[in-house]
Amino acid sequence: MTLKLGVPSKGRLMEKTFAWFGKHGIELSRSGSDREYAGAVTGVEDVELVLLSASEIPRELSAGRIHLGVTGTDLVREKLAAWESQVEELAPMGFGQADLIIAVPKFWVDVESLEDLDAAAAAFRTEHGFRLRIATKYHRLIREFLREHGVADYQLVDSQGATEGAVKNETAEAIADITSTGETLRANHLKILPDGLVHRSQATLLRSRKACWKNGEKDILKTLTAALKL
Amino acid sequence: MSCNSEMFLRQAAEAARLRSFFEMSGAQLVEADMLQPAEVLLDLYGEDIRARAYVTSDPLRGELMLRPDFTVPVVQMHMNHGAEPARYTYSGKVFRRQEEDLGRASEYLQVGYEVFDRDDPAGADAEVFALFNGVLRGKGLTAVTGDMGILRAAISGLSTSDRRKAALERHIWRPRKFRSLLDRYSNRTPLPAVRVKLLELMDTNSVDVLLENAGAQVGLRREADVRARLEVIKADAQEQPISRSEAEMLEEILTLRAPAPQALSTLRDIAVDLPKVNGAIEGFETRLNAMAQRGIDVANLDFDASHGRSSMEYYDGFVFSFLKPGQPPVATGGRYDALTKVLGQGRSIPAVGGVIRPDLLINAESAQ
Repeated sequence: MTLKLGVPSKGRLMEKTFAWFGKHGIELSRSGSDREYAGAVTGVEDVELVLLSASEIPRELSAGRIHLGVTGTDLVREKLAAWESQVEELAPMGFGQADLIIAVPKFWVDVESLEDLDAAAAAFRTEHGFRLRIATKYHRLIREFLREHGVADYQLVDSQGATEGAVKNETAEAIADITSTGETLRANHLKILPDGLVHRSQATLLRSRKACWKNGEKDILKTLTAALKL
Repeated sequence: MSCNSEMFLRQAAEAARLRSFFEMSGAQLVEADMLQPAEVLLDLYGEDIRARAYVTSDPLRGELMLRPDFTVPVVQMHMNHGAEPARYTYSGKVFRRQEEDLGRASEYLQVGYEVFDRDDPAGADAEVFALFNGVLRGKGLTAVTGDMGILRAAISGLSTSDRRKAALERHIWRPRKFRSLLDRYSNRTPLPAVRVKLLELMDTNSVDVLLENAGAQVGLRREADVRARLEVIKADAQEQPISRSEAEMLEEILTLRAPAPQALSTLRDIAVDLPKVNGAIEGFETRLNAMAQRGIDVANLDFDASHGRSSMEYYDGFVFSFLKPGQPPVATGGRYDALTKVLGQGRSIPAVGGVIRPDLLINAESAQ
């Protein structure tokens, strides 16, 4: 019997995850060649490392194919309906911080709040004949946030990358994306709406509520959380 | 036979019974495609419909939706080649995407009845309600009615700018946003700090300077759009607030819930100070009379002025539901004159109708 732990398979997120576990005496490592997605765990018994793309970890947790996983809370909330019934947040890990925000062109001096955005969207629709477009890959989070705040007459357009360029390219009038320093936004002549902070994300250790949790798995989890001092 | 298929047959039989009842009442049976062009629905309902409907696509027709209701295709069909007046019935599955509650059905049968008739709107309202009331009688349901027309008339009767009225009317479907707008317009909440700051900037700088300092102009929303809205912001700051008494009257209407005759009398009192609602109140009374003539017990008919505010965004007059506590409405309906104008490309026709969910009707019956 083993407990499956899914962690990001590459880049800074992987390195920082390895370091975080290492700090607690649990060593995660990629085994084999650099290109092979296989891993090893030492310092705790019966934990199997599964290397996955960070964006697939919510789905694997939801399907119960992994018991534990490390990914950003933004992806959990975006990809899992009623996320709290599917996963439990065990520990925020203190890295991978990013804010999901709504940004508009800086020269829109008339738009300084969501209320302004709503009014501007109404006027835009009348003037231009279509709904003001917001480029994002966080469709569900943004839709819920805007509904909550009474913003109407917009439409979401999908943007899976280089979202900050959407306004310049005239494929959208505003954007909703994650940012850590805001530098890319500024370089693309955009500003963050002060009340447009949708979610503060960071890398988090999550437990699947859907995976098989018999006594054996529960015991391994207990040993692991004790080692992690959770 | 499995339990599921037995249930399915029962629902189909119930749907057939309801449909033939409407056919016997003079409705023509119509069909609608299950796949509807997404564009029309998106334009009508906005982004929220994506959370509630299944969107799919093919390379030739583009984005399509599994029909979330029949009203839109039936209106389109009528506007394209319907004779007048017309009465339609239909029966079939609709599809609703669920994001939060697994207990809610994602596909279910609906049986509907729709009337397109230019003469006697009150009579058509009463006709639809009386038919629903008749076919749902004895099932342990309670009816509640409302009238979006009264709310809209009350808004248009406020002593404030057309722009503010339009903003309130636009958000009539979002009670919380509506409330915050009303609080703002009646000076019960202060201007947000960012707006105060902008107004100060506009006092001390020309718009040219403000725009100059704001950086590169990117995107399809142009400088002209920004300038136009700055004008609006300036004008809005100089407006007189909606008076306390008018705001209170509007709230009294929003929270009015009483048996119909009592609601009518309360509305008449309000109309003394807000005469613009008189027309809508007369319409309400005419409808009550037409309902009474059709044998409805109007003395005990529940009227809730806010009924219909959180449902689909197209009802603009009479609205009604038949309810059983603990489950979604068994039947809903109302008047949607404006929708026919939106879909009619310049033409329009007064329309009223409603739908029944056979699955919920069976549940309600067996709970009795």
